[in-house]
Amino acid sequence: MSDVLVRARGLQVHFPVRARGLRRRRTGEVRAVDGVDLEIRRGETLGLVGESGCGKSTLGNALLRLVEPTGGRVEFDGTDVTALRARELRALRRRAVMVFQDPYASLDPRATVGQTVAEPLRVHGLHPGAAARAARVAELLELVGLDPAAAPRYPHEFSGGQRQRVGIARALAGEPDFVVCDEAVASLDVSVQAQVLNLLRELQQRLGLTYLFVSHDLAAVRHVSDRIAVMYLGRVVEVGDADAVSTRPQHPYAQALLSAVPLPDPAAERRRERIVLRGEVPSATRVPSGCRFRTRCPRAFAPCPDVDPALQEAEPGHRAACHLHGVVGTPVPAEQRGPA
Amino acid sequence: MSAGRTGHAGRAGDAQPVLEVQDLRVELDTPRGTASIVNGLSYSVAPGETVAVVGESGSGKSVSVMALLGLLPAHARVGGRALFRGRDLLAMGEPELRQVRGDGIGMVFQDPMTSLNPVLTVGRQITEGLLAHGRVAGGRQARERAAQLLADVGLPDPRAALGRFPHELSGGMRQRVVIAIALSGDPALLIADEATTALDVTVQAQILELVDGLRAEHGTGVVWITHDLGVVAGTADRVLVLYGGRCVEDGGVDDVFERPAHPYTQGLLGALPQLHDGPGGRRSELVAIAGAPPPPTDLPPGCVFHPRCPVRGDERCALEQPPLVPVALGARPDGTAVPHRAATFHDTAPGTGGAGS
Ligand SMILES: Nc1ncnc2c1ncn2[C@@H]1O[C@H](COP(=O)(O)OP(=O)(O)O)[C@@H](O)[C@H]1O
Ligand SMILES: Nc1ncnc2c1ncn2[C@@H]1O[C@H](COP(=O)(O)OP(=O)(O)O)[C@@H](O)[C@H]1O
Ligand code: SF4
Ligand code: SF4
Ligand SMILES: [Mg+2]
Ligand SMILES: [Mg+2]
Repeated sequence: MSDVLVRARGLQVHFPVRARGLRRRRTGEVRAVDGVDLEIRRGETLGLVGESGCGKSTLGNALLRLVEPTGGRVEFDGTDVTALRARELRALRRRAVMVFQDPYASLDPRATVGQTVAEPLRVHGLHPGAAARAARVAELLELVGLDPAAAPRYPHEFSGGQRQRVGIARALAGEPDFVVCDEAVASLDVSVQAQVLNLLRELQQRLGLTYLFVSHDLAAVRHVSDRIAVMYLGRVVEVGDADAVSTRPQHPYAQALLSAVPLPDPAAERRRERIVLRGEVPSATRVPSGCRFRTRCPRAFAPCPDVDPALQEAEPGHRAACHLHGVVGTPVPAEQRGPA
Repeated sequence: MSAGRTGHAGRAGDAQPVLEVQDLRVELDTPRGTASIVNGLSYSVAPGETVAVVGESGSGKSVSVMALLGLLPAHARVGGRALFRGRDLLAMGEPELRQVRGDGIGMVFQDPMTSLNPVLTVGRQITEGLLAHGRVAGGRQARERAAQLLADVGLPDPRAALGRFPHELSGGMRQRVVIAIALSGDPALLIADEATTALDVTVQAQILELVDGLRAEHGTGVVWITHDLGVVAGTADRVLVLYGGRCVEDGGVDDVFERPAHPYTQGLLGALPQLHDGPGGRRSELVAIAGAPPPPTDLPPGCVFHPRCPVRGDERCALEQPPLVPVALGARPDGTAVPHRAATFHDTAPGTGGAGS
């Protein structure tokens, strides 16, 4: 058994951009995920960070095949997910699940908590029979720290943190191996967020789960992750051990991002040097040639527009896609080298 | 006792406050009963001082400032006083308040589109205010001043930006425009309510730096409202911690973050994941606060935090409301004295929940 549970190779998700009007002519594409190589190891938490629009959710969805990749491949436990047929896809849906951000929007307001948690059991034909199913629902509610007596109640009777627990119970109903948590604590208050982060950690230990923890909150990611991947404009630009990435970021973008995270420590804040980036993230419909960060990079140099940097080892187990660590990557054809 | 950096008297401590809120109260009737949203809030803001109001969602932060600006529904019952340059905002009529809002108090909210008109160009939106308040002689001068304001807030190519519509700008750029509009009236007081909450951290860092620079340059008093404790550590002089519509702790930013005295503040800081945990701290258990904040229609008697409080010393906590009293001499980052206060019967050992030490 390989120690890698999920692997993406050259993964691409490009969305067509269409003109308005009847014919809706295709005028370009959003390169939401644009050549991602990534491995997620069994039993680990891989944190995925990056600013809004960089492609985190699309990547998470593509790994679960909730959106169709337009290029590259995804392997789940050794099988190519992009080639699965309906029946195999259903098996994948049981083993690889998503916990969503918004506990308000992701639960059906007309279904009781018990019905919501039982739904995956029904879909996958697990624990058949009313009594067995009710027992399993009670077990799941208890697992996430809710009173099993809550099963007949409706989502609006619960607080945000409790609703997120319901969402987690539902995700875990089919005994998955892999859970994508997409901004799973983003809408919760600090005190409640801590409860849910603790719960996720405890569940991982008890059930041997593998997590992709997607968040814009670097402190939360740092807290839960074994390794961290940093995304910029559709590409993973840095990946490594959580301590290494958060204390010794190697890619200039990761360095700027980490320096911008506010610390709840006045003395440390006053000592801090911020790397303030110029300009804004370019549109994913017009990705700069060569290194996609070059238009904002304070350290860009000659090869940056001409060679698309590959992830390479900056220190053991810690990789970055930047020419400062050696000019390695795919040369840009001369006619595509723009000044932009 | 904390080592307050008392000593020389400084600017922030001495000056006549721009804003003085005294015993602010807001009640609203709702289908679930009377909501006691703000329950006796008092604070002041000196020129050039940044006062952060922090608390979890529903603690009454937004309502407490909307009350000052006359932006609450008409059936809201507002009590107390709010002196802006000595005049009570709560006693003003709508025309007078509108005048103050455009000329004296600047406002920045979380969603820039609540302050911007989607069908007017950025230029129009700034020049209208300038002309209405007689800050410029005519249209040409108004455009000059508008371009200058956009340059001040760091908009690239400000002249071209005058002709743009809000939807043509990114979220960060829109928020800069809102700040430019807020500054166009040369405000003595800037109120920012979750102004960077919707922005990415790199853009947030730019905006925080921008506002702090403008504060320092113009001596503007700033009320910075946020649920994010990290955001205020770097910029605030003083912090107020709100819970259930009450201030449960206030003081200089270092005092509150490094030596929190109230169990709720300690809990909040302990619940925060840390970016710079040591390797041993990673993946350790966060110290969560049990339960959830109470709704304003159903505040507990006694100490508002007592149902969730891990300390809860004795019977008194459930029966009596602890007053906000000094727990230590304290100081702002510039060294000027400001008391460190907390509303708790049991001041637990300093530093237990602190993030800084
Ligand atoms: N269904 C879609 N159609 C077109 N563009 C999309 C779609 N989903 C996402 N995008 C675009 O893809 C990019 C990445 O989005 P997303 O994966 O949601 O980023 P993140 O989760 O990091 O904020 C953005 O530019 C977004 O607008
Ligand atoms: N117009 C209103 N009518 C009734 N309740 C309100 C109204 N506005 C706010 N509230 C309630 O007052 C409390 C405080 O709200 P708010 O000031 O927005 O909190 P914060 O800004 O700290 O998140 C919340 O419980 C909210 O539901
Ligand atoms: S490759 Fe060049 S532009 Fe890209 S991050 Fe490295 S130095 Fe900056
Ligand atoms: S007064 Fe009592 S219940 Fe309230 S915070 Fe202090 S110890 Fe806790
Ligand atoms: Mg997303
Ligand atoms: Mg608010």
